[in-house]
Amino acid sequence: MKIDSIQNGIVLDHIKAGRSMEIYKLLGLDRLDCSVAIIKNARSTQMGKKDIIKIADRIDLNLDVLGFVDPGITVDIIEDGKLVQKKHVQLPEKLVNVLKCKNPRCITSSEPHLRSMFVLTDREKRVYSCAYCDTRYHR
Amino acid sequence: MRNLLNITDLSTGEIDELIALAEDIIAHPETYQDVCRRKKLATLFFEPSTRTRLSFEAAMLDLGGSVLGFSEAQSSSAAKGETVGDTVRVVCGYADIIAMRHPKEGAPFAAVQVASKPVINAGDGGHNHPTQTLTDLLTIHRERGAFRDFTIGFCGDLKFGRTVHSLVSALARYTGIRFVFISPEELRLPRYIVDNTLKRNNLPYIETTSLESAIPDLDVLYMTRVQRERFFNEADYIRLKDTYILDCDKLERAKPDLCILHPLPRVNEIAVEVDEDPRAKYFEQAANGKFIRMALIMKLLELSV
Ligand SMILES: [Zn+2]
Repeated sequence: MKIDSIQNGIVLDHIKAGRSMEIYKLLGLDRLDCSVAIIKNARSTQMGKKDIIKIADRIDLNLDVLGFVDPGITVDIIEDGKLVQKKHVQLPEKLVNVLKCKNPRCITSSEPHLRSMFVLTDREKRVYSCAYCDTRYHR
Repeated sequence: MRNLLNITDLSTGEIDELIALAEDIIAHPETYQDVCRRKKLATLFFEPSTRTRLSFEAAMLDLGGSVLGFSEAQSSSAAKGETVGDTVRVVCGYADIIAMRHPKEGAPFAAVQVASKPVINAGDGGHNHPTQTLTDLLTIHRERGAFRDFTIGFCGDLKFGRTVHSLVSALARYTGIRFVFISPEELRLPRYIVDNTLKRNNLPYIETTSLESAIPDLDVLYMTRVQRERFFNEADYIRLKDTYILDCDKLERAKPDLCILHPLPRVNEIAVEVDEDPRAKYFEQAANGKFIRMALIMKLLELSV
């Protein structure tokens, strides 16, 4: 399988196989006008299998979202067909407007205009909790 | 310290300071009678809780301040659909400090995002109620003199009882306290508290279903209500409900200096006959609530004598 390499844009590489759709949704890539390619189960020497997302535009990416879904992801910035920058993401301390609290008794459920906010409460287990009501987020 | 939303917002040093200040207020109330002159406390009670509201209002009045506010959502703009944030922003224009009660969990966190004045959480649904925990701590401290060398029993609904969870996590900061958890099987303390609070801190604890067998060892007994709606079936409720009612018979085997606490309101889990027993401290506990709130208001307004 061959996907045209992009001239200007972003490549999300080393995505754990199977996670690309979740990232596509969380980053809101479905709302973009430019072409977006999702490559699932690409072969990788390090990982065996991996997913890759190619975005043919230099959009503003929420790196926190990426770090939350998969801190192993690398972000390649492409200009004029060349790799100009490689970024590593990490598990963010805080996630703003990414997740929705599932607790029906949470104030964010009855006042949906409130900024959703989750904080990292257990780095080892990668657990996030709602800053309002402390409900833990389970994927 | 700027707001108090959760007892975990306070360091152990801050808790100790608040208790020391409250004990000084109890000893010398006249010294503090004008500390909050010309300051206003707003009590924003989006759901009714008369005792908590009166306790806050009495605290501010005894500090020489004044109070304003509402006691239920119907009589406030919330009934017209105003958000917590808008209400709080408006009130910050009138008051120096806010005590807020709300049925939704996390509502005080929404408030502090926009508040320019200190906010005290006076209860947010089943989530937090830090001034209750401070009240419990002050009462235990006054009875025992220190947070060490005693055995505390928690009895009743330990699964859903937020006052229990909060007090256990606050006491877990100290060493030399032994815990006894007395409840029906189905209402045991949640495992995450056992694992993250008790085991992680190496605190001595036991779990039992029998109040009668546990009572002789206790120095403090914290009673809570076993609610009918928590049971899966009526038969279990009827079988178990009396086991967790404290009466004079069960108290016969208790220590002479036991201290009996209850966050109130009580329904029937402590027999009325126990009220006459000198070991019943739950009405003193309620009265202590005013003093710890006085100390808290002073700290948050950064006032001293
Ligand atoms: Zn929440």
